[in-house]
Amino acid sequence: MIDEGLQNELARQGVFVTSLQELSNWGRSNSVWPMTFGLACCAIEMIATSMARYDIARFGSEVFRPSPRQSDLMIVAGTVTKKMVPQVVRLYNQMPEPKYVIAMGACAISGGPFKEGYNVLKGVDRFLPVDIHIPGCPPRPEALLHGLITLQKKMAGEQLTGPGCARSFDPAAPSEFPVPILGAHDLSPPCNDAIWHPPSPKRNE
Amino acid sequence: MAYRLLPIGYPPAPPYSFACSMNTPELHPYLFLMVLLGMAMAFPLIPLALARLWAIRFATPRPGPQKNSTYECGIETRGDPLVQFRSGYYLYGILFLIFDVEAVFLFPFAVSFLGLSVGAVMAMLVFVLLLAEGLAWAWLKGLLDWK
Repeated sequence: MIDEGLQNELARQGVFVTSLQELSNWGRSNSVWPMTFGLACCAIEMIATSMARYDIARFGSEVFRPSPRQSDLMIVAGTVTKKMVPQVVRLYNQMPEPKYVIAMGACAISGGPFKEGYNVLKGVDRFLPVDIHIPGCPPRPEALLHGLITLQKKMAGEQLTGPGCARSFDPAAPSEFPVPILGAHDLSPPCNDAIWHPPSPKRNE
Repeated sequence: MAYRLLPIGYPPAPPYSFACSMNTPELHPYLFLMVLLGMAMAFPLIPLALARLWAIRFATPRPGPQKNSTYECGIETRGDPLVQFRSGYYLYGILFLIFDVEAVFLFPFAVSFLGLSVGAVMAMLVFVLLLAEGLAWAWLKGLLDWK
C-alpha cells in the first residue's frame, strides 16, 4: 500500500500509481448498468434522463439492461405497491454482486402521497438495502443524475476486502433477501427486520 | 535475422528480390496461421483467466436458489409450457384450403370463360365439383360445427 503523500508526489512528476482496489472501483463506478425497471411516473423521468437532453451516457450508465443478470443498479423508480414487492425483491435477488439500489422519488422512499393508502409499501428500504435516496415527486432528471454521481462517489470509496468491506464483497453477507408473500391483508413479513431499523419515536413524557 | 512469416513465393523473388533468401531460415508457409490462432486464443482467454482470478481473490461467489434460477423475471413461471391446440383448428385449415384453391382457379376460369372449349369447361366443372364434394362430405360429417 502506497501512502498518499508519495502518490501525490509521483503524480506531480507524471507517474500515476494506483492500487487494484482503486482501479476496480474506478472501472465499476464509471460503468454502472441500471436495470430497465420502472414502476410509475418516476420512470418517465428516468427515461428522460437516458435521452439526449440529459444524457446519462455521460456518466457511463446508458446501458439499461432488460435482465437482472446483467445489471449493477436497480433504480426503484416509482410507487411500490404491495402486490409488486415480491417481484421487486426477487429481481434484486437475481442481480449479481456487486449491486446497488437507488430509491427514486417520494413513493419509493416512504410511500409518498400514497403513504396512508392500504396497498402501497411505505418505503422500499423495508425490504431492500437502499444506497441512495432521491427525494422529489417526481425527481427531475438532474436529481437522478446527482443521485447517480453520489452513488459513484460511494462506490469509488468502497473497501473490497477485509473487515469494513462493502456489503457486496462481504462473504458473510446474505446472498438473497427473503421474498415476502402477499397475503389477504398485508405482506408477510411486513418488513425485513435485518435491514429495516425504523427510528423509535421520542415522546415527551 | 528476419524470419519469413509470409508464404513462400510472396513477395515474388526476382527480379526485385530482397536478397535475403540465402540466409533466412525458411519457416513453414502456414506458420503465420498458427501465430494468428495463438493470438486469437489468447485474446479471450487472458481476460477470462483474469476475471477468474479476480473472482477468487475479491468476489466470493454467493449463490442462492433465486439467483441460480433459470427464469430471470420477477414472477415465477406457472402452468405447462407445452401448450396444445385443438385439432378442430386443423380441420378448419383444411376446409379453408378448399375455398382457397378454388378461388385461385376460378378467377382465370371466369376471365376466359367465353373463349373456352367444351372440354375445358367440363374439366373445370369436374374440378370444382370435386372440391364441392369434399366440402359436402365435411359438412355431413359435422366438421362445420365448432364444438
